[in-house]
Amino acid sequence: MSEVTQEQITALLCQRLANFTEIETEVSPETNLITHLAIDSVKLLNLVMEIEDQFDISVPLNTLVDVLTVQDLANLIYKIKSLSQ
Amino acid sequence: MSLLEKLDAAAAARKAQLPEGIGAFGIPIEESYSATEARIGKRRVLMLGTNNYLGLSFAPECREAAHQAIDQEGTGTTGSRMANGNYYGHRALEREFAEFYKYRECIVFTTGYQANLGTISGLVGAGDIVLIDGDAHASIYDGCILSGADIIRFRHNDPADLEKRLRRLGDRSRNTLIIIEGIYSMLGDQAPLAEIVQIKNTYQSTLLLDEAHSLGVLGETGQGLVEKTGMNDEIDFITGTFSKSLCGIGGFCVSNHPQLDQLRYVSHPYIFTASPSPATIASTRAALKLLQEGRLLRERLWQNAHRLYSSLEKSGYRLGPQPGPIVAILLDNPRQALTLWNGLMEHDIYVNLVLPPAAPEGKSLVRCSINAAHTTEQIDQVCDVFSKLHPIVA
Repeated sequence: MSEVTQEQITALLCQRLANFTEIETEVSPETNLITHLAIDSVKLLNLVMEIEDQFDISVPLNTLVDVLTVQDLANLIYKIKSLSQ
Repeated sequence: MSLLEKLDAAAAARKAQLPEGIGAFGIPIEESYSATEARIGKRRVLMLGTNNYLGLSFAPECREAAHQAIDQEGTGTTGSRMANGNYYGHRALEREFAEFYKYRECIVFTTGYQANLGTISGLVGAGDIVLIDGDAHASIYDGCILSGADIIRFRHNDPADLEKRLRRLGDRSRNTLIIIEGIYSMLGDQAPLAEIVQIKNTYQSTLLLDEAHSLGVLGETGQGLVEKTGMNDEIDFITGTFSKSLCGIGGFCVSNHPQLDQLRYVSHPYIFTASPSPATIASTRAALKLLQEGRLLRERLWQNAHRLYSSLEKSGYRLGPQPGPIVAILLDNPRQALTLWNGLMEHDIYVNLVLPPAAPEGKSLVRCSINAAHTTEQIDQVCDVFSKLHPIVA
């Protein structure tokens, strides 16, 4: 996964997040992680570890403070991934 | 949403999770009779939900020391260590902790929470990295947040996962503080210390070990996991608390690095708070002596722990990974955990109820903590009640 696009990251996140939440809903880039998906802090931290392994990057938890939507998270991952290449 | 409306929403969410379970948290203890018994409401209950591992909360030596300190030095220091709160007792306790661990330096903090907050935020800052176990205590998370360092988690007790994350960091691994615990507070399992030390040496990182729940419990003289595993020369910083096996309140950090002393001038949780009261320091000094001499107490504690763990296992409960002073019973959901907790209370046994997200991996737990002062009869009484109650959660 060396040359992943932002769209691919967003699509992958939508797919993964659908399995992470107990709420039956379609996950889109605009979906809010907390208010729409009710992902609690522990689940979000576990998701971050999975993302780190999937993309072979480090995602410091303190960079998540501005992440509200799936798109925000995808942007952050893309930025970190681009910087690490 | 206003500030107060946010709190209302949080309260509503808490009530919605388990309406009848609210009373299990912050339960009022009306009277404390001994290290093992107390009154809750009208019930005289057996306490299996304290952190009083060596049973020293009523030790005559500690009580006498606290009385004397109040008579001689008053009830409080009314100031910080940096100002007017740096008494003989604080400095003596620091010397005694350093000697106990055979380390060069020690700093005493006002609480165990502040020991982690102050040590972590003093050691790392913006541009550094903290790599913490996934099950780390909230005081570790909060210390990391206060520090401004980049926070990365590794999977609980998984050295291979730690190594993978260090490898990703490249040269930054040398500016990384790895933080683990001797015994983890929720499931009661111990860190694989030898493997983690080997990895931290390979990547030239720094290691902080929190012995909050393992002090007094592990090792010949009760130093903790560091002593049990013979890793004294390998750990950079050890933190711990006075509020568990030492039955006081306060915390410490010990290290062989002379730079630890510099934290006194940069660590806000050390500088901007009042120092521990004379009575607290005096009782802790007395308890530390008892802890070091407490080989028989440790033997008793471990006998009790093994007795309870094996009995619960035989009764069919799912338990935390290994026997120890913390025995966690894993339940399928909050309701099942509350049913068991209520059943135990009806039989005059108090344990801790832990619901998501407080427990790891969204688990619901009934958490027992065992005490050297529990008698065999008390432990057997607890085992019988658990055995009787098993059908209600099966």
